[in-house]
Amino acid sequence: MRTEPREDAPRWLLVLAPLAAVAAALLLCAGLILWAGESVPEAYGLLLKGAFGSRFALTETLARATPLILTGLAAAVAFRARFWNIGGEGQFYCGALAATWLGAGMIVLPPLLMIPLLFLAGALAGGLALLLPVLLKARLKVDEVVTTLLLNFVILLLVSYLIEGPWKDPMSLGWPQAAPIVEEGVLPKLLAKSRLHLGLVVGLVAALAVWLVLRFTVWGYEIRAVGINPQAAAFAGIPIDLTVLRVALISGGLAGLAGVGEVAGLKGYLTLDLSPGFGYAGIAVAMLANLHPLGVILSAIFIAGIYVGADSMSRAVNIPTYIADVIVATSVLSVLVSLLFVKFRVRFGG
Amino acid sequence: MALLRIVEVSKAFGDLVANDRISLSLEAGEVLALLGENGAGKTTLMNILFGHYTADSGHIEVGGERLPPGATDAALAAGVGMVHQHFSLADNMTVLENVMLGTERLWSWRSETAAGRKRLLTLAADFGLEVDPDTPVGALSVGERQRVEILKALYRDARILILDEPTAVLTPQEVERLFETLKAMVAKGLSIIFISHKLHEILAVSDRVAVLRRGRVVREVATAEADRESLAELMVGHKVSRPVVEHLAPGEPVVELEAVGYAPPGRGRPLLERVSLEVRAREILGLAGVAGNGQSALAGVLSGVLAPSSGTLRFAGEAVTRFAPRDFVARGIGRIPEDRHATGIIGEMSVWENFICEDLGKPPLFRWGRVIDGRACRDLAAELIEAFDLRCKSMEVPAKLLSGGNMQKLILARTLRREPRFILANQPVRGLDEGAIAAVHARILEAKRRGAGVLLISEDLDEILALADRVAVIHGGRVGPALEVGAVTARELGAMMAGDLGGAGETLPEAVP
Repeated sequence: MRTEPREDAPRWLLVLAPLAAVAAALLLCAGLILWAGESVPEAYGLLLKGAFGSRFALTETLARATPLILTGLAAAVAFRARFWNIGGEGQFYCGALAATWLGAGMIVLPPLLMIPLLFLAGALAGGLALLLPVLLKARLKVDEVVTTLLLNFVILLLVSYLIEGPWKDPMSLGWPQAAPIVEEGVLPKLLAKSRLHLGLVVGLVAALAVWLVLRFTVWGYEIRAVGINPQAAAFAGIPIDLTVLRVALISGGLAGLAGVGEVAGLKGYLTLDLSPGFGYAGIAVAMLANLHPLGVILSAIFIAGIYVGADSMSRAVNIPTYIADVIVATSVLSVLVSLLFVKFRVRFGG
Repeated sequence: MALLRIVEVSKAFGDLVANDRISLSLEAGEVLALLGENGAGKTTLMNILFGHYTADSGHIEVGGERLPPGATDAALAAGVGMVHQHFSLADNMTVLENVMLGTERLWSWRSETAAGRKRLLTLAADFGLEVDPDTPVGALSVGERQRVEILKALYRDARILILDEPTAVLTPQEVERLFETLKAMVAKGLSIIFISHKLHEILAVSDRVAVLRRGRVVREVATAEADRESLAELMVGHKVSRPVVEHLAPGEPVVELEAVGYAPPGRGRPLLERVSLEVRAREILGLAGVAGNGQSALAGVLSGVLAPSSGTLRFAGEAVTRFAPRDFVARGIGRIPEDRHATGIIGEMSVWENFICEDLGKPPLFRWGRVIDGRACRDLAAELIEAFDLRCKSMEVPAKLLSGGNMQKLILARTLRREPRFILANQPVRGLDEGAIAAVHARILEAKRRGAGVLLISEDLDEILALADRVAVIHGGRVGPALEVGAVTARELGAMMAGDLGGAGETLPEAVP
C-alpha cells in the first residue's frame, strides 16, 4: 500500500470526508457501547432522540451549541493564520468578567443599549487577553501555544478570586458567585419556555461575518496568506505582526462574546463552572469543521448534540455520559485522518 | 559484459510518467552522461538505481546480478555510490567522521579510526582529492565538501559513482579540478554516471551521452560524434533559439548602493560588507558568485525585506529610508525572488489571488479600499495569463499546482505589469526548462529595452555572460568592481568567485578580521 499526493481534491471529497469521518467515529465508539453490554442501535437511537428528537431536545442542543459556535470560530480564525490560540477558555471567562463588571449593577441602560454594550465589552476583554501572548510572540518569539494555554489558568484563578472575594454576591448564601446581571442586560429568549437566547443569533451572524471577511476582504486575504506562507506574505508586503495581532483580537473577541452569551443569556451570573470547557471544545469544533467558518456552525451543533444526547441516553441505559467525550475526540481524530485522504490518494499493490 | 544494466525501468507518479521503459548500460571505466532538462526523469532514474524509489516495472543489474528493488544498502554493497546535488554531510563533524559514518559496526568495542584515517588518506592521494581529515565539514568550501562526498563513496568501495549536477555549485576552476579527479577515477577502472544539463561539461567529460526527454531515452550517442547544437535540440525536442542581446546606451543610475553592510540581528557575522554598486537604466548588471556568498542578503536589502545595518541605498537618486516591500513596489522596483515556492507564491491560494498580492487594498482591484472586486481581479488575471502565455487549467486552481516555468511567468507578470524602473532578478531561471528559460530571458531583455535597469543575480556564469552588459562578482559578502562583459573572461571571473576580488583594478578595503 502506498500513498501519493493528490493534486487537486474534488469538491465532493471535501464534503464527504468529514461525514465519513464522523461515521467512522460512531462505528468505533459502537465497540465501547457493546463492551458496556448495551445495544448499539438502542444507545445511538436514544442519543439521537435526546439531541434532536423533541422541541426540548433541539432547543437544548442549540443552546449548548451557542457558545461552541463562537469559541469554534475563535479557534478557526486564529488557526487559519497559524496563530495557535489555545486560550479560548480564558478569553471566554474574560468576556464573562467584562459583562459581569459592567452588567451586575455598575451601569443600567435600556436593553437596546445595554446588551450591545455588554457584548462589546466582552469582545474587547477577550481580545485584550491575547495582547500579551501576541506581544511575546512578535518581540521574543515566545510560542503562543504555551502562553495562551497557561493564561487560561491565570484567568480562572482571577475569576475564582473575584467571586470568592470582592465580587461575591452577598445574597448567594455563601456560594462563590458574582451578583446577577441586571434585568436590562439579560439576553432575550428566542423561544418561550426554552433556554435558547440571543447569543445564538450573535453566533450565527459572527460565523457569516467571519466567512465574508476571510473570503472577500483585504484582512481576510492577509490572514489566509500569513497562514499559508508567511515568507511569501512578508515578501509581498503584508505586515505579518500586524496581521497576527488583528487575528488575535478577532479570535479573542469571538471567545469573549461566547462568555457574555453564557453569563447574560443562560446562567445570569458568573460562577467558576460557567463553562464546562467551551474554550477547549471550540478547538475540536474548529478542527471538525476544517477551519471553515460556516462549517463551524454545523460542527458546533453536532458536538453539542452529542453532549446533550449522551446526557439523556445515560439516564436510560447503562452508559456513562463520558461516551460523549470519547465520541467527540474520536471524531476529531478521524477528521484529521480523513483530511489526509483528501490530500493523498492511496494505492494498493506495487 | 556491462558493469551496470538498467533494464526497461518505468516509474509513474500519479498521471506523470517520470521514467518510461528506460534501458541503459554502463561499462567499466566509462563516463556516461545523462543529459536532460529538469523533469526529464534523470533524478528519478538515479533514485531507483540507488534504491530510494522502487520501479513500477523493470530491474537493475550490477555485475550481472539483479539488485533487489528499494534496498539502498544492497545498492551500496554492490558498489553504487551517489553524490547528491545537495550534500548530505554533518557540518559539526570532521571530514574523517563524516566519511566513516555508518561504515563501522554498531556493537564494536573499539573504533577503527586509525585504520579509517589511513584508508582515507590513501584514497585522497590516489585520486587527487586533498582534504584535511580533522577539519569540521562546516569550515570547508563547497568544492571541498563535494570532495568529501566523493571520498565517502570511494571509502565504501564504490565501483559506480553517480554525480547529480555536480558542477552547479562550483567555480569554473573547481569544475576543472573535478574533471581531473573524474579522469583519474576512470583510469583506475571506476565507472561514472554524470548527470547534467550543461552541454559543454558533458562534451568535456563523458565518453557516451544518453539524452532523456519526458521520461524516455531519446538518443544514446558517443560523445565524440555529438555536438552542442544537436544535443541541445535532442534535449529540448526542438530548435533552441537564444534571445538576442542588444547593447543599448545606458541611462541614469536607477539604483546606487554605497558601502552597504548588513549583519543579521543578534551577534551574527556580517553577510554584506561595504557593498557599492550601481545599476543604470537600460542595462543588465550581472552579479556572479558561488551560492551563499551574500546574494540572499543583498536581494533582501534590494527587495525591501531587510534593512541594511550601514550604508545608503539610493533609488532614482533618492535615498531610501523605509525598508518595506510595499514602499519598494510603489517606488517602481520589481522583485523576482530567489525561491519561487517559498517566497514567490502563496501556494494554496488560487492563481488569480496570487496576481494581486502586491496590490492589496488598491483600486480598481479593491472596492472601498478593503473589499476584493472579484470581477476586476479575474479580468486582470485573464489579461496577464494571456499576455504572458501562462498555462494553467483555470485561474481558480491553487498556484502550487503550476509548473516551475508557469509559476515564474506568474511572478513575472505580477512584477512587470507595473513597468518597474528597476528589476531585481534573483536566480530567475533556476530549475526551469529551456523553453521557460528563453521566455523569462526574453521578458527581462524586453524590460531593459523599455528602459529598466536590471540586477541579475545568478550562480550560472553562462547565463550572466549571455545576458548581462556588465558583470560584478560577490564573494564573502563583498562585491567587486563591475566590468564590461566583453572585457573579461570566464576564467578571470572564476578567480574572483573563488575570492580574489581585487584583481581587476579597483582597490578594495582591507578585510577586517
